[in-house]
Amino acid sequence: MNLSITLTVNGRERMLALPDPRVTLLDLLRDRLDLTGTKKGCDRGHCGACTILVDGRRTNSCLALAISHDGADILTIEGVAHGDTLDPVQAAFIAHDGFQCGYCTPGQIMSAIGLIREGQAGTDPERVREGMSGNLCRCGAYAGITEAVLEAQRALDAAEQEQAA
Amino acid sequence: MDGMGAALRQDSALRHATGEAGFIDDLPEVPGLLHGALVLSPVAHGRIEALDPAPALALPGVVAVFGPGDAPGRNDISASGAAQEPLFAEHLVEHWGQAMALVVATDRDAALAGAAAITPVIHALPPVLELAEAVAARSLLMPPQVLARGDVVAGMAQAPLTASGSFRCGGQEHFYLEGQIAIATPGEDGDLLVLSSTQHPTEVQHIIARVLGCAQNRITVQCRRMGGAFGGKESNASWVAAAAALAAHATGRPVKLRLTRKADMAATGKRHPFLFRWTAGFDATGRIAALEALLAADGGHSLDMTPGVVFRAITHALNAYDVPALRIEALGCKTNTVSNTAFRGFGGPQGVLLMEEIFRSIAAATGLDVETVRAKNMAGGENGDETPYGQALDGKLIRRVHAEALAASGWVERRAAIAAFNAEHPTLRKGLGSFALAFGISFGVMHMNQAGALVHVYEDGSIRLNHGGTEMGQGLFIKVAQVVASAFGVPVERIRITATSTGEVPNTSPTAASTGSDLNGWAAHLAASAIRERMAGVAAEIWAVEAGEIGFEDGMVRAGGNRQMSFGELAHACIRRRVSLSATGFYKTPDIHWDPVAMRGKPFFYFSYGASVAEVVVDRLTGEHRCLGAWLVQDCGRSLNPAVDRGQIEGAFIQGMGWMTSEELYWDRTGRLRSLGPSTYKIPGSRDVPPVFVTRILEGSPARAETIFRSKAVGEPPLMLATAVWNALCDATGAVSLDLPASPERLLAAIRAGGR
Ligand code: FES
Ligand code: FES
Repeated sequence: MNLSITLTVNGRERMLALPDPRVTLLDLLRDRLDLTGTKKGCDRGHCGACTILVDGRRTNSCLALAISHDGADILTIEGVAHGDTLDPVQAAFIAHDGFQCGYCTPGQIMSAIGLIREGQAGTDPERVREGMSGNLCRCGAYAGITEAVLEAQRALDAAEQEQAA
Repeated sequence: MDGMGAALRQDSALRHATGEAGFIDDLPEVPGLLHGALVLSPVAHGRIEALDPAPALALPGVVAVFGPGDAPGRNDISASGAAQEPLFAEHLVEHWGQAMALVVATDRDAALAGAAAITPVIHALPPVLELAEAVAARSLLMPPQVLARGDVVAGMAQAPLTASGSFRCGGQEHFYLEGQIAIATPGEDGDLLVLSSTQHPTEVQHIIARVLGCAQNRITVQCRRMGGAFGGKESNASWVAAAAALAAHATGRPVKLRLTRKADMAATGKRHPFLFRWTAGFDATGRIAALEALLAADGGHSLDMTPGVVFRAITHALNAYDVPALRIEALGCKTNTVSNTAFRGFGGPQGVLLMEEIFRSIAAATGLDVETVRAKNMAGGENGDETPYGQALDGKLIRRVHAEALAASGWVERRAAIAAFNAEHPTLRKGLGSFALAFGISFGVMHMNQAGALVHVYEDGSIRLNHGGTEMGQGLFIKVAQVVASAFGVPVERIRITATSTGEVPNTSPTAASTGSDLNGWAAHLAASAIRERMAGVAAEIWAVEAGEIGFEDGMVRAGGNRQMSFGELAHACIRRRVSLSATGFYKTPDIHWDPVAMRGKPFFYFSYGASVAEVVVDRLTGEHRCLGAWLVQDCGRSLNPAVDRGQIEGAFIQGMGWMTSEELYWDRTGRLRSLGPSTYKIPGSRDVPPVFVTRILEGSPARAETIFRSKAVGEPPLMLATAVWNALCDATGAVSLDLPASPERLLAAIRAGGR
């Protein structure tokens, strides 16, 4: 079987042959594209360390078969910053100590970006905790993570208002 | 501000946020790299009759299979080198999931397929799975430890009231988000470079040398960072790396061994479950006169670090309280489960449970409030302030910390509000609990209290720092860099932080027991100070002043008036004058001693104090609960870095709460672990964080002991502050005794028994 797919990864189009149809997006990113910012925590869809955005939606890449995402637009942690300028979510994670060991961080940040884009972050910490509940952090940096998401949402709202004005 | 006490970000903060911080599995794979997968025992106990590698070797990509007979040295991974702890099971398997062999193949999937193709032939034997069974049979891994003081028999006989009880707490899976991993790469003439996700590079080096039968100087072990460890990457990292090293040595090719999550949870040790039995004699005021207790730890199938865990449990069984006469016996029991190991707190979290259960029973027997009983028995004040092993506690500080936690929570008003709520609500019950902690800081094994560091200053004034401590997210690297920056009076960015390596600083202790910054901070300070002294000598010579007049500040070197030059200029001048700008620093904790026969001494350099209050709400119909609020006060001495310390306090509390509430390891009747992933083993998630979460670092309380800049360790103690959640759950349900973890099932049973 000679399968191949086309993906847009962080804005760049990639044609990829798939010798094994069972390969996941996570393994494809890490092993084939050297995009190792996306982490493997459980490989079973339960920890969120592998979260990426597929066509703008938060996805556990360890459960997503590459073959079923032909043509998809993929955003990973490596594609989030604009040159040297961090995304507001990244900046907020640093400012609020939203991590300790950092292993869950790329997944948390992608999840936060997705949550904000879905318009689900808002200003209520309880809602943010709910929206981020698919991303485990064994270091327990949740307090900082929640603050970071709230702050990023505020920063984006402020920027939007400024633009509107 | 860059130096001490500044709330600086973790050293890799930016790289974590951009995904650039490399963990071992993120490194580009070199050509020829082989991947490993383990063959694990399918039974809990049995005699090995055959292990045929042929079905694996027949598969495409599989290169080799290694078993117990393939170690050129010894098939022994024990820390001491004397216990019977095989790398690969030999003759006997003693727990389900025990490593039996390693398959290496050209890719990961082929290795996993190879391991799955091997079916060991085992003659099953009956396993011992229950801790109570092991206690009854005196199935022990080590001689019992006994801590005694005063006349317990007389004390008990004279006490107007007595109570007894028994309870247990479960184990805990580390669930470091980055699983165990090592890459071993052969070099020239038998050299081996090993990248290991380990808290203890030196032990990895020693065990690999033992397994390979070579000198330790052939093996270099490095670790830049870990994706969490929590004690799970001490002894367990060593055998994972040793398996990779064995295969690399035999094949001459680099080998990566990364355990799948399932294999990691099956094959690596966890926190020790404990069983407690106790009898206390007390009076109507709640004051305890005598205590007799048994603490039994489930060590699993092999010794590992069980003696240390048992030592810490027994020395922390009285926690911050005083009992005049007591006899406590602690056992390290053997069962056919995975060999339990270090986990943040190391027996301390289990030990400090004892007094809390006793207080509840005394409160029930006397009609007093639990908090009254607690206050009545606190060390210091009218009571004694010496631990049963002879080390003094600071009774004043215990009271101050506890009072601050109560005040932070608004205890009195909150109590009243809870009572009103409970009277009104048909199905929900709220509860409130407090806790106070005295946690001893130092390794229980005296010789481990040592550390080394290596500092270089280069000609341009840039500085390179290396020390024996490892970074697992606890912020050690930035703390030690702050120490060095302040010694040289330079911004912390001037310090290059480097990977821990046995080739740079040898013979180190693990980064554990909360001692990372205490030990390595001092060692680095000594190294930096030695260089600074030489540099000051050169500056004094240049300006013809006394060395004592030279100051290092803001990246400049000054001697009053307009005599000043940059730190880099002085470094350059030192080289021109043939002055060495490299130094090692070595530190050993002073004033600690222990007599293991008498069970007396001063094993801890100092105590870290903490206190907490937690409020919970329990659903009477389902047994589910939520922690609504937590108020924590933690003594950090003069904090080296409040941002880092705050993260440690919050994270440790959440982890402790997980252990006490949602995290339950489940073995079935055959001894097979059934909780093998995050879907069956529930670690706390974002929704488990209390909506009101107040963390306070105790102010104005520099360490009395001569610690580095009068700071105190913070890695483990706050985990125990979660004990307040247990107490609050008992308060809400009316339970006098509650086994841990407090699962909905146990809480329902407690509600039924307590009648609330
Ligand atoms: S690695 Fe994908 S959810 Fe855990
Ligand atoms: S920062 Fe370590 S797992 Fe989240």
